[in-house]
Amino acid sequence: MSLQLENVTKRFGDFTAVDQLNLSVDKGQMYGFLGANGAGKTTTFRMILGLLNANEGNIAWNDNTISYATSPEIGYLPEERGLYPKMKVEDQLIFLGELRGMKKADAKKSIDYWLERFEVTQNKNKKVEELSKGNQQKIQVIAALMHDPKLLILDEPFSGLDPVNVEMLKKAITDFRNNGATILFSSHRMDHVEELCEKLSIIHHGKQIVSGSLRDVKRSFGRQNVRIRSDHDLTGLDTVPGVLTVAHSVEGAVFQIEDEKVANDLLSAALQAGPIRHFEIEEPSLQDIFIAKVGKEYA
Amino acid sequence: MREFWIIFKQAFTTKAKAKSFMITTVIMVAAIFLLANVSKIIDTVQDLTGAGQSQNVLQVVDTSGVLVDRLQAQLAQGKDEITIEEADESEQILSDKVSSGDIDSFLSLSVDGQGTIHANYTTMSMMDFSLPMRIQDALQSIQAEMKAEELSLTGAQVQTLFTPIQFEQKNVSPSAKSEEELNQARVLVYVLMFVIYMAVIMYSSMIAMDVANEKSSRVMEILISSVSPVKHMFAKVLGIGTLGILQIIIYGIAGYFALKTSATEVPGGFSDFFSLKDVSISTLVYAVVFFLLGYFLYATLAALLGSLVSRTEDVQQMIMPMSMLIVAAFIISATGLSNPELGYVTYASYFPFFTPLVMFLRVGMLDLPMWEPLLAIFITLLTIFILGWFGARVYRGGVLMYGPSRSLKDIKKAIQLGKE
Repeated sequence: MSLQLENVTKRFGDFTAVDQLNLSVDKGQMYGFLGANGAGKTTTFRMILGLLNANEGNIAWNDNTISYATSPEIGYLPEERGLYPKMKVEDQLIFLGELRGMKKADAKKSIDYWLERFEVTQNKNKKVEELSKGNQQKIQVIAALMHDPKLLILDEPFSGLDPVNVEMLKKAITDFRNNGATILFSSHRMDHVEELCEKLSIIHHGKQIVSGSLRDVKRSFGRQNVRIRSDHDLTGLDTVPGVLTVAHSVEGAVFQIEDEKVANDLLSAALQAGPIRHFEIEEPSLQDIFIAKVGKEYA
Repeated sequence: MREFWIIFKQAFTTKAKAKSFMITTVIMVAAIFLLANVSKIIDTVQDLTGAGQSQNVLQVVDTSGVLVDRLQAQLAQGKDEITIEEADESEQILSDKVSSGDIDSFLSLSVDGQGTIHANYTTMSMMDFSLPMRIQDALQSIQAEMKAEELSLTGAQVQTLFTPIQFEQKNVSPSAKSEEELNQARVLVYVLMFVIYMAVIMYSSMIAMDVANEKSSRVMEILISSVSPVKHMFAKVLGIGTLGILQIIIYGIAGYFALKTSATEVPGGFSDFFSLKDVSISTLVYAVVFFLLGYFLYATLAALLGSLVSRTEDVQQMIMPMSMLIVAAFIISATGLSNPELGYVTYASYFPFFTPLVMFLRVGMLDLPMWEPLLAIFITLLTIFILGWFGARVYRGGVLMYGPSRSLKDIKKAIQLGKE
């Protein structure tokens, strides 16, 4: 059970939306797909779903191409709301469930289960347009999960949800992963990807600029952060060789350094200035990596 | 195929269950009953209010002194409910009364030296046609009588003078329609033509709206990830088409009962122009055939156009050229109603976008050889297939296209996207 993309390229006229993309997601794995707006995430998802054909490269799901025959195995959560505003929640979910190959009775059972689980049973007979944005998102998520798909494609699943609901949804998605589903999701929220995904890609202007497991990505980034808390003035440390950027705060400062050796120099320099209360070498966050790789162009 | 029926069912039931659909249907059924019984209703209202009885006395100023009684007698022969009354007042006063609206009209009569009657009918209302006409006829016969007396002709001699010639038109074609039949056919064809026109324009824009709606609510993306756009398009066209047929059947049944209830009615009612016994079966069959052709032709086109826009607000603008075609077809067939043998009507009946209305008009009104409607039906079917094939290609790309697309140029872009 796995999803494979090999050298996938998609061009619209002269514009290359996705350029030589490679990724593989195994059964029971969650893959994070990061990128700024317009980076090519949705185009990639559409190619995986078979809505668009790639100009070059191969997309395979369990060694087969994805077609309408495999659609019952796939759950798709689009970035924007994809529901009939004027249809009632239950009717709508039955319709979408049937389209994914469910029987009506099974669909009803599944709908009841998920409405209960997401604590929105009271909305069963309401029209979608009457619901709040967060509750609409829950219905959308149910539409993607209700037929127990083996491959889940989630485009910005957490947008519009409050922290409590984000936890609820995370739990649902990790349950799917633990049951062996293959999951691919995109997000702007680096902390979610960091928390959930074993592997990830950052794409920018269609190019895959970072990819691999979370640990490798962080290691290969090289730079680390040193966080020092001290009551004394730390401005003298800015000039220690190997320090890339410094962010001072009331409590102390965070230094971004080239490699681990610089951390020792920083520690001794800080001790010279006075006693310190806290010293920590942190791994770079995905946020740092993303901004370093992608953000430069926006700055 | 399973997905096809799911989409079909969804397109049909959500529309059929909608309040707006039920309300329109009920209003239309009520309107049909109202129209069929309109003269009955007007009579009842008139009986209750006594309206329409007021202007029954006409004041006449007669300088000759002999005409009033004869006019009275002459008008009494007809079924006119008008009483002639010799005026006490002078012409001047009556004229003022007409101006001030106290009376509607008055008549002044005189006879000159040659014995010719001169009549002046004074009124304020421009709509007063029938009364003066009847008076004129009556005076004409009075004058004829007077002249005959002068020439000492007998009544029988006068009558021979005015004997009308016997003119009869005969068509030797075996299935030709007599003038009377033609008039009845004209009403039936007009009613059905209007139904086809309304239905085609209504349901095809419903489809365009629906497709644009699914695009703007982004449901489309989910739909076409589980069912192919082509299947989706045809399921939708068929679903809404079935809804249309259902609605028309309801109207048809309502119309049947409405005519039945008004059939025993006083002359002058709607049933005078249009009664059940005149309905020709072949015309009805052709109506069904041409409705289906027209619907599928325009629905396919509408689905294609609807797939190009991403906001429902742009739908009307996008389907404008299509609506123009339907309106043009309707105008051609409406003008052809009085003379269906006109050259341009004949040519237009083979143009597939006009066929459903124009060929229906011809086949309903004229005695056409069988091959003519069949050829037109064949051309239209061919066009539907080409349009369906072409539409499916546009649709495939169109449904994925978002952005400010509102011109027909986007068709090319959509085909390009559909291929990729």
